[in-house]
Order: sequence, then structure tokens, then C-alpha cells
Amino acid sequence: MAASKKKKSPTPRKGARRIQRNWQDQLRAWKAHHKASAKDAWQRLIGAPVATAMTVLVIAIALALPAGLSVLLTNAQVATQDWDGNAHLSVFLSADTSPNAQQELAAAWREREDIQRIEVVTREEALEEFKALSGFGDALDALPENPLPPLLMVYPTTTDAGVLETLQKELASHHAVDVVQLDVLWVKRLHAMIETVARIVSVLTIALATAVVLVVVNTIRLGIESRREEIVVVKIVGGTDGFVRRPFLYTGFCYGFLGGVLSVLLVQIALLWVGKPVDELILLYESQFELVGIGWSNVLVIPLFAGLLGLMGAWLAVSRHIQDVDPYLL
Amino acid sequence: MIEFLQVSKRYPLAGGYRDALSRVSMRLHAGELTFLTGHSGAGKSTLLKLIMMIERPTAGDIRVRGQSLNRIPTSGIAHWRRNIGMVHQNHQLLFDRTVHDNVALPLIIAGYSAREASRRVSAALDKVGLLGKQHLNPMMLSGGEQQRVGIARAVVNKPPLLLADEPTGNLDPVLSAEIMDLFEDFARVGVTVLIATHDLVLIQEYHHRCLQLEQGRLVAS
Repeated sequence: MAASKKKKSPTPRKGARRIQRNWQDQLRAWKAHHKASAKDAWQRLIGAPVATAMTVLVIAIALALPAGLSVLLTNAQVATQDWDGNAHLSVFLSADTSPNAQQELAAAWREREDIQRIEVVTREEALEEFKALSGFGDALDALPENPLPPLLMVYPTTTDAGVLETLQKELASHHAVDVVQLDVLWVKRLHAMIETVARIVSVLTIALATAVVLVVVNTIRLGIESRREEIVVVKIVGGTDGFVRRPFLYTGFCYGFLGGVLSVLLVQIALLWVGKPVDELILLYESQFELVGIGWSNVLVIPLFAGLLGLMGAWLAVSRHIQDVDPYLL
Repeated sequence: MIEFLQVSKRYPLAGGYRDALSRVSMRLHAGELTFLTGHSGAGKSTLLKLIMMIERPTAGDIRVRGQSLNRIPTSGIAHWRRNIGMVHQNHQLLFDRTVHDNVALPLIIAGYSAREASRRVSAALDKVGLLGKQHLNPMMLSGGEQQRVGIARAVVNKPPLLLADEPTGNLDPVLSAEIMDLFEDFARVGVTVLIATHDLVLIQEYHHRCLQLEQGRLVAS
């Protein structure tokens, strides 16, 4: 068979060289493709609103759970942080202690280093306060004598449980002291409980963040499957793995980011929902406490974090499946 | 342009192996149109895959202008493919975009600006006689027209090497002739063209060199 060489051009054409473009062109093309990929990813998400909404909602719920719990936790911490300051020992003296002896004892104890201050409540003051607070005023007037003992409210310098117990024992050993009540143990327990819940929230956050990554992996995997032909063509005409990967990475980021935004919304709505009863509760407790929201920084951080999770999921999916789509169709 | 030196490709099979290509040596020259023929399973596709670097040879070396393909790392394969225009029997067009965007794909990948790409796309479509249809979806075109879009996409960044796998497989003789004329035109301006086909009529009608594979061996060239 004859080879048709007669019209062969004298030098080979420099096709290969023409596509070696300078770095400014490469950079511009790279930026342009990023822009195009982002736009493409966004349009595909918008183009399949139901599927997108499902995925985004799953991500949002998975993220709203730890986000909501950590907001609750923050509130619990804020609400209880003053309680340490109120930790005190109620020292009830025997009923026959005179007001003078009471004052002397207070003065002596004020010298101790582990005591910050002492409030002296005489029997009369105690009665007045009890009348005012309890509403049993008339009934108390009917009593032949004041049933209340003199009281010293001892505010310690520390909240360390061990130190407080030692202090309690030392004060109780004084002969004029009837009973010492330490009102701090339950606060300690509460704090331990909050700490436990904080750990649980951390574990949940890790578990659900992993779930978000897996949701995105699976969604992107399906996306790759449905765009198999396009990937094959792109690879045949010389598209790098990066070129193939890019739109999927943007898609993953968008899923995560949108899920993050929605989760912030969900938490805020939940906060509004519980806000009113909490306000009433606070009024009843005469507390200065104000419900803490999700915080402006978190409004940004949560969607970005979620976006990163999405990016990670997309990367995993594409790295794993892009090899499967090697152009094998010849 | 392209040189095969004792190239073999062996695929593992259940309980053994199969030699898709055995010690194939041949040379394709710039500006030459060559047919590649043989029965199904004779190794045509394997040979094309090796040139595309979809597969790597088990033994032997493929040299392009003296440079060994074995030395191109995996990360360099995408860039190597930009030197090759590939035409498929089933055109491999994307039906989610216009004819223009299909043809522009290699240019976008190679990093051309949209304007420069459009200019070249128009030139390529003009060459295959489809300039007026660039804003249509390829689904709306006939089989012959779709094949010409595939050819336009293959040549749009002016690759020095054009491979075609059964390019006329689904076309009637008149359309086949049109497609062949296009390939001859490309060879005339210096492109190395390799057409895998088992269409013996086509091979007899056009007097070009013909490589014949039989069970992985080159029996005639």
C-alpha cells in the first residue's frame, strides 16, 4: 500500500509547542477555570433544587445538633459562673450566743486567710428577713420567742472543695457553733455535669462532622457517576485530574457551606423558640442572666467549617473515584 | 514522528494472560495518513490506547520525535494527550452543551481565553463545514454532522497527531468519503493521521499505507 508522502510538509508542525503557554496565560486560565467551576457547581446545585435541598438539610441537621448543644452549654456556663462567687458557709451559732459574742467570733474569723468576708446576721435580722421573704409574718408574730439562731455567713477566698471541707470542719469545732452548712457541693456537681456534657458535645461534633463528610462523599460520588461521560471526554482531550476535580470540589464546598448556613438558622430559630419561656424563668429567679445566642463569629465560622468538611468529602470522593473513570471507552 | 520499538502489551486473565500486542515495531511519519486494520481483538484498540497513554506497554518503547513515552510520568499524561486529536466511532460528544462548547473543550483545558477559543472553534467548524451550527445542541445534528463535530474537536488545538477509531463505522459511503477527505486534508498540512478501521472498502478506495494486526502481531505494513 502506497504511503502518501508526496505532499508531506518539510518540517513537522509544532503543535506540541503551541500549547505550552507562558505562566501568565496559565495563571489566567487557572483562575478562569476556578471561576467557571464555581459557577458550574452553583448552577448544578440550583438546577436540581430538591436533591440539593435534601443534601443540604441532612448536613444542616447534622451540624445543628452539636451547634445547638454547644449554645446550650455556653448558656449553662454563663448562668452558673457567678455561683462560685456565692459559695458560702452558713454557720449557725447556738441560740444562746449573745450578739456581742457573735460579733467577736466574726472579728476573729475575719483574720483567717481562707475567709474573704463574713456577714453577721443577728437573730432579729434573721427574723425580719424570714418574715419578709416567707410571707409567714403574722404566724411568726404569734410565736412566743424568736426561733431563729444567730447566723454568720462566711464567704471563703477559695472554691476548692478540699479547702472548703477543712474550713467547714474547723469552724464546726468551735464551741459556739451549732451547725455549718456548706452550700458549694451541688455547684461542684453541676460544674462536673456541665463538663461531662461538654465532652459529649465534643464527641458528637466529631461524629456528626464525620457524617457530614460521608454524606458529601456519597453525593459527589453519585455526581461523578452521572458525569462519567464528561469526565472521559475531558481526560481524552488532555484535562488534568485537577481540572476534572475542580467543579466537584466547589460542589462539595457549596453543600457544606449551605448546610452550615442553614444549621445556624435552625439554631437561631430554636433559640427564639425557647427564648420567651427562658426569659420568664429568669424573671422568676430574679437573675441578671441573658440568653446567649450563637454568636456573630460562629455565624461565620460554622458555615466555613462546614464548607471545609464538604471540600474534604468532595476531595475524598473524587480522589477515590476519578481513577475508576479512566478513558477506557476506545 | 511516532516509532514503536518491539512493543508488547500483556493483559492478565483468569488463570493466565493474553498478549494484546506482541513485539510490534513500526513508524508513522509526519504528514502521513495510515490505516490500522485487523479483526476485533487483533490489538487495534490496544495500540491506540498505548499512544494515548491510557495503557503503558508491558515491554518495548514508544518514541515520539525521539522522546520515550515510558519516561512521561503519570502526572504528564494529560499534557501529552493535548498533542493528540482523538476521533471516536460514537463521537463522544457532550449533549449538555452546544456544538461550540464541545469543540472549545480542549482549548479551555489548554488554557485559552474564551475569545481566542471562540476564534479557533469557528475556524475548526468552518473546516468541517458546520460553522452555521455552532450554537445548536449536537443532539440535533445528523450522525455525519456529529462525527464532523468530533473531528473539529480533535483538531481544534492543531495537534500534530490525529487518531481515529472506526471514524466511519456508522456512516454511509457518501458521508464516509467526506470524513476521509477531511483526514486527507489534515495529513496534507503535516498532521500524522492514524485511522483504525476494519472497513476494507475504505482501505481499498484510498491508497494509503495500511498496518495490519493479527492476534497482536503486525503482519503487514
